[in-house]
Amino acid sequence: MTIKVALDKNPQAGPAPGNHPAAAADLRLRIRISNLNFYYGSKQVLFGINLGIATNRVTALIGPSGCGKSTLLRTLNRMHETLRHTRLEGEILLDDENILGLDVTRLRRRVGMVFQRPNPFPKSIFDNVAYGLRVNGYQGSLEEAVERSLQSAALWEEVKDQLHKSAYGLSGGQQQRLCIARALAVDPEVLLLDEPCSALDPVNTAKIEELLFQLKERWTIVIVTHNMQQAARVSDSTAFLLNGQLIEFNPTPQLFTTPADARTEAYITGRFG
Amino acid sequence: MNSRLVWRKIVNGVMLSLTGLCALLAVSVLFFILGYLVWQGGRALDWSFFTQLPKPVGEAGGGMANAILGSAKLLLVAALVGVPIGFFGGVYLAEFGGRTFSYLVRYTTDLLNGVPSIVIGIFAYSVLVLPFKHFSTLAGAVALGMMMIPITLRSTEEFLRQVPRELREGALALGASKWKTIASVVVPAAYRGVLTAVLLAVARVAGETAPLLFTAFNNRFWSPGWSQPTASLPVMIYTYAIAPYEDWHRQAWAAGLVLLGLVLATNVVARAVLARGISAQRS
Repeated sequence: MTIKVALDKNPQAGPAPGNHPAAAADLRLRIRISNLNFYYGSKQVLFGINLGIATNRVTALIGPSGCGKSTLLRTLNRMHETLRHTRLEGEILLDDENILGLDVTRLRRRVGMVFQRPNPFPKSIFDNVAYGLRVNGYQGSLEEAVERSLQSAALWEEVKDQLHKSAYGLSGGQQQRLCIARALAVDPEVLLLDEPCSALDPVNTAKIEELLFQLKERWTIVIVTHNMQQAARVSDSTAFLLNGQLIEFNPTPQLFTTPADARTEAYITGRFG
Repeated sequence: MNSRLVWRKIVNGVMLSLTGLCALLAVSVLFFILGYLVWQGGRALDWSFFTQLPKPVGEAGGGMANAILGSAKLLLVAALVGVPIGFFGGVYLAEFGGRTFSYLVRYTTDLLNGVPSIVIGIFAYSVLVLPFKHFSTLAGAVALGMMMIPITLRSTEEFLRQVPRELREGALALGASKWKTIASVVVPAAYRGVLTAVLLAVARVAGETAPLLFTAFNNRFWSPGWSQPTASLPVMIYTYAIAPYEDWHRQAWAAGLVLLGLVLATNVVARAVLARGISAQRS
């Protein structure tokens, strides 16, 4: 059994254009997914997924609606357990620890998540960012941590004078960056983004994409997107899923210029999906 | 052809007037009752009604201060009994319940809601009056509290269900436990709705007479503590209205006016709370 790893280590991949050779050398995997099968009730939606998520890289999951990309993302912090009648087989290692053996609240503190639609709590901006810290019994200064997180999410300058106003007063794009700040506040190792820009206009989408470049300096990012241009712009490697199977996982430039699989080519050239 | 068109226009006009008339009748029932109460009860209503005890038959004046306080005490304890059970039961149904058990609970509470209030009174009588051999405020309050359970439970469940799933997921994804998520995100997001439901439940049982007739019974004097029979506005109305004295009838009307006024005020406050909550969420 081999875990697919994008970047040059992938045997199918060959030297990737635009990829720094050093990147492959110090490539470390934060998450290893092995033989992952996933079921909703009796319906299997993921089939034998093997995938490695590289540390401090952006990994994009693409594919047509219903291909299982969001489901795959949600297994990484066990959000699937909030739904009834789901079953997971296989192994997901986070820093060599099986996530199924971890306490789920600990796991979710280490693997943060941002959702499709901005979902700030009906609380003040400050309390939104501080929420995860409070829940996890943070000992340090909340003020500092909130400011740091809002700065990481490029929102501080816009909200620093209205920290104690309702988060619902913010625009959609600001709300989404607030949700990113909220997820970053507990300092996770991995940040999962489930189509984070699908409810946003192009200007706000661009802001978030720009932000991802800064965030990957410090965090490992997995992003699900239905927008192929977005995957091409922001990610280092891209996984293409179809009908619950991982079709191709390669460095992003390679996947989009010289796809190894005919189905990938058909999808990225817009012949289906 | 032409005559069919005329016929259709006539039918249309008749139905429109008929439905409009019925709508008007529905509204006018409330205004008729309200107007009649103000007319009849307003004359007997004065300051002493709120401050004095009932006078013996034949003496003029007096009030129903003991019944007003009695009703307040009954409703307070009823809320202490009914609201926690209804609220936490509703939380369970909305957040934890499995399909079969939830269905059973939902079905049973709907049945409980349909149990005639006099039957609830008999039940409280046999459980809380007979063994102690005297009527009490507590027995009446528990009977009213039992009536509040299904209303509070079902509306808590409804309002919690309206909280978007995304909010729950947001909290869970930050490492909050399920209970922490409910307590710190879901319930605060729904608390206006729940508060409205509680107020409406209180208003609903405030006018109940039957469960009090043989639990709290009645009292011509103040009722100290919780283990004595107590006066309450609905039972006073009942007692005074069937008595053969003219001035008692006027007092009954006044009590009716006060009771209706309180219930209406609670309703208005409840709706205002809810409306403010909705506009706050939109902005």
